[in-house]
Amino acid sequence: MHKFVLGLGGLTAIALAAGPAHAQGTVKVGLIMSYSGQFADLGTMMDNAIKLYVKQHGDTVAGKKIEFVRKDSGAAGTAPDVAKRLAQELIVRDKVDFIAGFSLTPDALAAADVLTEAKKPGVIMNAATAIITTRSPYLVRTSISLPQAVGTLGTWAVKNGTKNAFTMVTDYGPGIDSEQEFQLQFKNGGGAINGSVRFPVANPDFSAFAQRLKDSKSESVFVFVPGGEQPAALAKAFAEHGVSPKSMKIMSTGELVNDEALKSMGDAALGMISGWHYDYNLKTPKNPEFVKGMNEMLNGRNPDQFAVTAYDGIHLIYEALKKTGGKTDGDALMAAMKGMAWESPRGPISIDPQTRDIIQTIYLRRVEKIGNRLGNVEFDKVENVKDPVKERMRAEGKLTDNGLAK
Amino acid sequence: MTARIVSLLFDGFAYGMLLFVLSVGLSVTLGLMNFVNLAHGSFAMIGGYVTVMLMRSWGVPFFATLPFAFLAAAVAAVILERVLYRRMYRAGELDQALLTIGIVFISVASAAYLFGTTQQPVELPAYLRGRIVFGDFSFGVYRLFLVCAALLIMVIVVLGLDYTRFGAQIRASVDNQRMARGLGINVDRVFSLTFAIGSGLAGLGGAMAIEVVGLDPNFGLKYLVYMLIVVAVGGLASIRGAFVTAAMLGIIDIFSKYFVPEIGAFVLYAVMIGLLVWRPAGLFARR
Repeated sequence: MHKFVLGLGGLTAIALAAGPAHAQGTVKVGLIMSYSGQFADLGTMMDNAIKLYVKQHGDTVAGKKIEFVRKDSGAAGTAPDVAKRLAQELIVRDKVDFIAGFSLTPDALAAADVLTEAKKPGVIMNAATAIITTRSPYLVRTSISLPQAVGTLGTWAVKNGTKNAFTMVTDYGPGIDSEQEFQLQFKNGGGAINGSVRFPVANPDFSAFAQRLKDSKSESVFVFVPGGEQPAALAKAFAEHGVSPKSMKIMSTGELVNDEALKSMGDAALGMISGWHYDYNLKTPKNPEFVKGMNEMLNGRNPDQFAVTAYDGIHLIYEALKKTGGKTDGDALMAAMKGMAWESPRGPISIDPQTRDIIQTIYLRRVEKIGNRLGNVEFDKVENVKDPVKERMRAEGKLTDNGLAK
Repeated sequence: MTARIVSLLFDGFAYGMLLFVLSVGLSVTLGLMNFVNLAHGSFAMIGGYVTVMLMRSWGVPFFATLPFAFLAAAVAAVILERVLYRRMYRAGELDQALLTIGIVFISVASAAYLFGTTQQPVELPAYLRGRIVFGDFSFGVYRLFLVCAALLIMVIVVLGLDYTRFGAQIRASVDNQRMARGLGINVDRVFSLTFAIGSGLAGLGGAMAIEVVGLDPNFGLKYLVYMLIVVAVGGLASIRGAFVTAAMLGIIDIFSKYFVPEIGAFVLYAVMIGLLVWRPAGLFARR
């Protein structure tokens, strides 16, 4: 009874606030993310960042109330049909206006056709394979295309006097993307690739690969592994085989040197170099407030890239709605998002109007002691980095005006 | 070249020993008691979390946490055995598999709720880190520890089963329950204890595995396949079989990933299929 009365009161309040002039509306945002399973930690980070954004900016935009419908893609990384089914359900049954999230590449790829057919914008908050955005004119990305970070790193390495490199990546889409981009940029700059290996996706022990790397007698190595338990396992295998930043330049994307991985690696990680778009230590104007907010949400844990890219994804949705005045027509929303630029906790970012992919700063960092703990300290950066894969497609005339693959 | 081969053999053997410590308990419960316990990995996970929490919250040294990891998994196992498993001893294998895989999922969700979805790193004391170098050869210190611990466990379990009164009671209870009861053996108690020991070993394995393979809520599911391979290929109920198989699998895995990395991930499974076709009951099957 109590609840009922309260509810009635609430309804009256809303009705009064909205006034008679325009009907009260809601905008529904479907979230397809991995809340459980192997990639549950991505879900934790992304969901809390979304909640933080709503806490800071309110749940009403352009007179519309924002409502979230959360769907767990769980182990959908191995079963993309789950993500496709969830996307259909969200559109047909829940009548959502946006679908956001997409923790993993297969999820985003599986939903692409559904989005095109339904003309609903899809905001990619993590999935990082380059070609995803070429699969639907309704996909837009606020995370990263891995080659952005990897290509920048490869170019930097060869410019700074590294003559040869070995590459080690996990054998799946983003890993292969990274391998190709690093090798390409490294060779373009005049470097030589000494050899390469691809790890199986499930690989508990890396010692064979560490031994192979050591025997290649390379000057440097580029590594890509997804997060989870692999960064620490790989780093320990390196340490046990005498591969350390002291004997070899170790370069990677941000996953290998994230907070949890650094904790379990210990001082063996000192000196590792990475190219990445975000770190909680970044000295950008908006970062301190974001980190503080996330610390509160996560009981003291620091945010990682998954958090900031989800935060920016929701920002993009809010701003697009402001631009359309609350109109939820898919094409109008897409037009509003294209070319949008803003200051993110990771620095200035924008959405490329043609490819709908993100343009952002890539930071080059080195693992150093900050106080008594390890962290990534920025020592160089490259601004306005576009996805090099799509830039090549554009140059070769393989990209339509709408950023689709020809 | 010799140095390289020795180094690969050592790494492979050490990895195999990790698999052995994780699976030996399953070999005991699945093999001796004929109970399909897919939740074995979840008991290993309990051990892992106990070690992490003791080290982090109370600053207990790594070695001192290991007995607690064993005990916690054993106690959890006794409770589950009393409440659930006992009713299922006579049920079909499918029922047992369904019950225990359900427990795995519950354990995954509970661990995520209690400890969060992150990796739980442990910081080992300095003397367990790094490597020892002898001329051309070098060995990871922690891997040496794994090898020694596995050999010790192997000896204790084999001696315990073959030469102690309790070992004889287990074997008797398994071979012929009615006869064992008739001789005054408290079969229920024997089974409870066996189950506790098997799961305790899993807990110990889980605690020792963190340093190599990490720990998160999916631990119980992620390494289940490897555990089942070791037990199936080794032959049910054969501790020696599990030992030899684990060592062999570890070495094959490392060698194939080193020499033919393009197909390295498949070699292990190809070998497993080959061995099972050749000896369906496992390498060291008793029956």
